[in-house]
Amino acid sequence: MDSLLNRYRSITFLLVMLVAQMILLAYTVKNPDGVRLIRLWAVTLVTPIAQVAETTRSTVYGVFHNYFDLRDARAQNRRIQAERDQLKLENLYLKSELGTADRVKALAAFQVRSPSKYVAARIILTATTSASKIVVLDRGSNSEVEKGMAVITPDGIVGKIIDAFPTASQALLVTDPEFAAGVVSQKNHVKGILHGAGSGKCRIDNVQAEEKVDVGEMFFTSGDDRIFPRGLPVGKADVVKDGPQYKEILLYPSGLQAGPEEVLIVVAGVHQEVPAYEAPQPDQKVYIGPPVPQSKADESMPALSTEADRLREHYQSIGKFENHTFGTGSVPNFNVKIPAAVAAAGSAAGTSAATEKKPEPSKPVPPPGTPLATTPAKNNEPSAGEAPPQNP
Amino acid sequence: MPYSETSGDRILSSHQSGRQARFRAWVLVVVPVVALIFQAYVPLFYPPLAYLDLALLVTIYFAMMRHSPINGILVGCGMGLAQDALAHNPLGMYGICKTLVGFFAASIGVRIDVSQPFVRLLACVVFYVFHQFLFWLMSRALLDKLIDFDWQQTLILSGFNAVVGLALFHFLDKLKDKD
Repeated sequence: MDSLLNRYRSITFLLVMLVAQMILLAYTVKNPDGVRLIRLWAVTLVTPIAQVAETTRSTVYGVFHNYFDLRDARAQNRRIQAERDQLKLENLYLKSELGTADRVKALAAFQVRSPSKYVAARIILTATTSASKIVVLDRGSNSEVEKGMAVITPDGIVGKIIDAFPTASQALLVTDPEFAAGVVSQKNHVKGILHGAGSGKCRIDNVQAEEKVDVGEMFFTSGDDRIFPRGLPVGKADVVKDGPQYKEILLYPSGLQAGPEEVLIVVAGVHQEVPAYEAPQPDQKVYIGPPVPQSKADESMPALSTEADRLREHYQSIGKFENHTFGTGSVPNFNVKIPAAVAAAGSAAGTSAATEKKPEPSKPVPPPGTPLATTPAKNNEPSAGEAPPQNP
Repeated sequence: MPYSETSGDRILSSHQSGRQARFRAWVLVVVPVVALIFQAYVPLFYPPLAYLDLALLVTIYFAMMRHSPINGILVGCGMGLAQDALAHNPLGMYGICKTLVGFFAASIGVRIDVSQPFVRLLACVVFYVFHQFLFWLMSRALLDKLIDFDWQQTLILSGFNAVVGLALFHFLDKLKDKD
């Protein structure tokens, strides 16, 4: 037996290791927080070295950045002295002011104006696989960071803490397929669930196809997930399609668009209102030129009119012919035959094509509600019960 | 004269120990740690480097050059578990994949002269594809993750990793103990 094990000791050792790892895997899947020790060792081993590397990189980058800034400033100074131009000096001052407004200052300003309590952190590592979207932050449970806290920047949400170690913590980015957060749209207040799409985009699920979402509409956190406080920006809808039951909405998370290096961990979140939607500014006043003067030929052309207009003008000409005033209670004889000259004079006021034609023979007045097209126009003879034509 | 298995094993063992590369202890510790940190840190600034599996390349190299399957298993297991821990994967996913890669790489190293560049290039390509396929298989079978396996991308990335691995192996050869 011993010789057999000795002969196949590599295979035996491999099987033992595989079985042990299968058990570990099963246990980890069942209890995600059950085997903290291995993760703790790995993070504790790697984090200090990564922090040293990051500090070195930042220092070297800062030195070179300042050096080149200084060189630019000297060159600009020489130019200013040569030109003696006050306007250029002011412009340079403004540019240098803008240049010094770095991200850390922006984060500090955001911290001051926001009611939530934050801890600033730097991203020092990323996941060791290309599939998962996980980063390691340089703040851990020693800085009050706990699992489940939100990670944001002033531009938008970045992710959430999935594990907190004493000196570091791991955060799941919004683009990871396993990420989820409640969101609400700014304009139409449509609620949905934000999921990572695996690439650089996110998708919003559970939005009914009947809901209205515009392309470019801003989404904010709804606060329903109890992780992200309400009112944090998420991103603008980039693609909106109607599905059979739900809408397909894709957006680029605004918090990741600038490639964040410094982030804020929300230690104590305070819900805020989603900013009210502001309609875009109306277009500027557009100059419209004067109308083209009408020529005589245009004036002679009849204006377009409907059947109702023609009927109205016909009745007006009848009223004029009989010297009748409409609205006095009496009814004129609508079957009277109007001479062509009178009819033409009556139509001149209305500029109707219908009245310029030879007037049609008088027709019996249809009762109210009867369609005009069904009115019989067979003859000019007055029917029984109708008044005979009266000549003026 | 009857064949003596013991003497044959001894001859094979002496051949193996003659080709077996030795490394100083600090190399065996520092190189894997640096590989892990590189893989976790550098893609922050150069995202395409996330596709470079330096931990796998280091596993293949040490497994092949040490000519010991047990050493290969240990290196692969350690690298894989560390990678799982840093990537917040269920512990054992990369561990099992890299353990098998370490074992097979060491088994090949015992039989073939792995100092030839072409052999190294081929080994990197084959082991990268094997590693990715095994991880995909386990993700589907054990974790019920319905992800697709992109052969085209995997083959391209295996070539990229193999080229980097060739340069890396050349550099690591210089860290061998000459004594």
